[in-house]
This record gives sequence, structure tokens and C-alpha cells, in this order.
Amino acid sequence: MKQRKLVVISAGLSQPSSTRLLADQLSAAAGRAAAQLGVTLDAQVIELRDLAHEITDHMLTGFPPASLKQAQEAVTAADGLIVVTPVFSAGYSGLFKSFFDVLDNDALVDKPVLLAATAGTARHSLVLEHALRPLFSYLRAAIIPTGVFAASDDWGANSVEGPLRGRIDRAAAELAREIDRREPVTVTDPFALTASFEDLMKNL
Amino acid sequence: MQFGIFSVSDITTDPTTGRTPTEAERIKNIVTIAKHAEEAGLDVFALGEHHNEPFFSSSPTTTLAYIAAQTSTLQLSTATTLITTNDPVKIAEDFAMLQHLADGRVDLMLGRGNTGPVYPWFGKDIRAGIPLAIENYSLLHKLWREHVVDWQGKFRTPLQSFTSTPRPLDEIPPFVWHGSIRSPEIAEQAAYYGDGFFANHIFWPASHTQRMVQLYRQRFEHYGHGSADQAIVGLGGQVFMRKNSQDAVNEFRPYFDNAPVYGHGPSLEDFTRETPLTVGSPQQVIDRTLGFRDYVGDYQRQLFLMDHAGLPLKTVLEQLDLLGAEVVPVLRKEFAALKPAHVPDAPTHRSLLASKNIKEEVQA
Repeated sequence: MKQRKLVVISAGLSQPSSTRLLADQLSAAAGRAAAQLGVTLDAQVIELRDLAHEITDHMLTGFPPASLKQAQEAVTAADGLIVVTPVFSAGYSGLFKSFFDVLDNDALVDKPVLLAATAGTARHSLVLEHALRPLFSYLRAAIIPTGVFAASDDWGANSVEGPLRGRIDRAAAELAREIDRREPVTVTDPFALTASFEDLMKNL
Repeated sequence: MQFGIFSVSDITTDPTTGRTPTEAERIKNIVTIAKHAEEAGLDVFALGEHHNEPFFSSSPTTTLAYIAAQTSTLQLSTATTLITTNDPVKIAEDFAMLQHLADGRVDLMLGRGNTGPVYPWFGKDIRAGIPLAIENYSLLHKLWREHVVDWQGKFRTPLQSFTSTPRPLDEIPPFVWHGSIRSPEIAEQAAYYGDGFFANHIFWPASHTQRMVQLYRQRFEHYGHGSADQAIVGLGGQVFMRKNSQDAVNEFRPYFDNAPVYGHGPSLEDFTRETPLTVGSPQQVIDRTLGFRDYVGDYQRQLFLMDHAGLPLKTVLEQLDLLGAEVVPVLRKEFAALKPAHVPDAPTHRSLLASKNIKEEVQA
């Protein structure tokens, strides 16, 4: 079996959190779909609430405290991402956006990313299209076609066979296929010398 | 090993009194601080260059010349001189002039500057920061070493039969440090020329500094200037001291919490853990500073940031007294005891003149 790394980012704030619930269901479904393709997904969940102070510190000082640095390195090294935000004021939450604001601009290039969001009502379902998709397009991620939105109603419906279940499985299968067909991610060292002095002079 | 202070020349409101010094006050204070650094037994005073408020130091060589006239041993340097937005011709002239006036007590630290809006004020583009630093320094290097220069490049008008005046004192260019936080290209540039490399160090995790210094040392050896441990390394540091460490923490906290660079962000305790900032007793400062050697090796210059964030003059002078009386003498002794004989000191005009004379005698 191939080994690949999945990172799941949850921006839910409450305990228990429907955002985390959706994140866990997506993660489990992705694990099953990947297994069918012969890929073992090693999943790590990052709760942004735990990093809220560190994210602000990074914004103000220009470097990440150790715990945030670990999270950023995990995201950069991941072969696939699942990102889940609650809808706040008709968009992703500020905490969710801030995490990506302080992430290196190139960290998500060509990385398969599954977009997901939760809200109290289905009226917010287009948040995936008008907020999340443009953000991850800008970051040049390989966005999975199926995004998953869950409103409070979805949790009341039959969660084993209901429509949410179907969307979760479809999105997870798409993510697994994208991870499967890519080479594992290699991380470039920001401190490595990429051009000798002769090259620097030549490239003037 | 050289010990000294560097100033970013910020004019900041004292958060404990709400008082903001005038430009005139702060400028006169920096002269007092530099003179006091010499009196306290420190070796180096380095001044930053900024072209925007709340900073005053747009013209470092003017200030340094004035300080040179009132000191006798203090080595005068910069932190940093902008190699991107200054015309290298003017840098060559200004620092050669300063060398003559200061009897050679001059070196300089080159940096790119990271304030985007400054670049267009001087007709430059921040996106070309690295190429500007590379091309401008190659011209500066030539102007100080060749009497008549013909030159053509991308970023300024060509030069035909140009001689920058005055010539460097005794035909010895000022020693150059290249400052950088995380651009491997600048470590490479410093290594290529066999110049010094200065890591800002403060405001950043030690791992940045360690990686950059390591790269510079490897490439210094690669370019044949000596072994990696003979490369010339300088570090920044930031300290606040009182006899009792809790007094230092209590007194410095409001300045930390409201400081322009990191204020309203991490706690003093977090920042102390993540960066070289040390707030405590002189002994704590000694221990922490000696620890820098563990990750950069034997190094030649240690500069401390002492006068920022609105600290009043009186406090800054007290800090210099503590540094000069209790910290630096111990550091000098300890670092010297650890340093192998083949690791050189930072070049000064005097040492460069001596080796030049020896070389000429051998040739004669």
C-alpha cells in the first residue's frame, strides 16, 4: 500500500462542533476511498482554535511560534487537504482566513484540497463557491470539484444514507483519486541556496 | 571579539509616560548614547538608515561623522546601509569620506530594506531587491578598489573613466558586513566576496540564524577565503537588565507590550522563548549570549539593541553601564577562552593596514 499524508483543518469554535463533525466524516470517508485505491492515508487534524493566538502572533511578528510552525509544516508536507470552516457573516470565519493569510504563498500549489463548510441554514450553501473556491484558486491549489456544505438540517436527516452522506462520499472519492495519482509531496527548504553567485550575476 | 550596540533610530512614545521625544531631542540623544557606549567600554556603535517616520536616521554618515569627532576608539558602523535604494557611487564617496574623518574607525553593514514604499521614492522597485543588492554591491566593490572605473549595468547610468573621491583611507576599503534575515542569496554574496555576514537574529527564531550562518560559512570556504570557522560572523541581540531579574521584567514589560515591531502580539515570555530577547539579570544575559556560540560557532561581533520602543535616555545609559561593567568583560573573557587561535577577529582598518604593509614588504 502507498502511504500518503492527509491534513484536515477545522475552524470550528464550539465543543462539540458540527464543523469538526463534518471534518471527521470527510476524513474517514477519504480514508476508506483511498484504501480502495491501495493508498493508506495518514490523517492529522488541526483545530485552528488551538492556534488562534499563535496565528495572530505570526501576523504581528512575521514568524510563527513553534506550535503554529508545526501545523504549517504539516500542511505544506501534506499530499491532500480537507478544509472546513463555519460560515460567519456570509463568508469563511476570520480565523480560517487568517491561517491561510500567514501560510507561505506557495504552500498549496497543486495540492488537492477538498472544500467544506457548515452553517445554520442552507441559504449559505454557495459560500463554497463565492468565498472558499476563489481563495484556494488564488493559492493555486488543485480544488476537488465536489465541495461539501452541511446545514443544521443535514445533521437531523438520515445521516447514514441521506444526501449529505452521498456528497461526503463523492467528494472523498474525488480527493482520494487526486492524491493517488500524484507523486508524494516533497518540501523545498527555504534556506537552501538555489542560485550560486555566478548565477545571480548572470541573471541580472 | 567586538561588542557594541545598534540603533534603529525610532522615535517612539514612552508608553509609561505618554511622552514622545522631539526629533531634535532623539537625535542629540543618539549622540549621547554613542559617546556613552565608548565610555562604558563598548567597541562598536551602528546606526540604521530609514526614510520614513517614525525614524530619524536618513543620513547615517552625517551622524557618524559627528560622533567620530567626539570619540576616540569607538568603531562606527551602520545597521543597515541600503544597498538597494542608495546609489553605490554615493555610498562609495560617503563612507570613504567618513573613513578619513574618523581615522579609519569605520565599517558598514549592507541591507536591502524591507519597507516597500521606500523603493519608488528612490526610483527603484522592491521586486528587484536581490538583483539590486547584487549589482549595486559589485559596483561599490569596484569603486573602492579601482582608481578609474568603466562600468555598465542594468540599474543605473553607465560610468566612463569615473574615479570616486576621496579614495578609501590608505587605499583600504571599509570592511563590509552583509545583513540578512532569510535570503540565502545574501549569505552567498557575503561568502563570494569574503566579506562579513551579520544576522539580525533578534525578532526571529534562532533556527533562521543558524541556517543562514551555516550556509554563509560553507560558501565562504567554497570560495577559498579560509575554512568555514574562519568566516566573519556578527549577531544582533536584544536585552534589558536590572540587578534583580524580576525588576527587569516589570520595568521592560510596558515597553515590550507596546513596541512597534512585536507589541500587542506575543507575551514577553513567549517572545523571550522564541527569539534571543533576554530580560533579566546581567548573569542571565551573559548565559544566553554565550549560548549563541552553540549554534553559530565562534563569531566576531555582537551588537545589542538597547534604545528602542520609547525607553528614556536615562534608562538606556543605565543599560549601557550594566552592559559595559558587568556583561561585556565576562563575555570577552569567556568567548576568548573558547575561541581557537586560527579563528580571526573582525577586520578593522588598523588590522587591514597591518596586513597590507606585511604583504607589501614581502613583495618588496
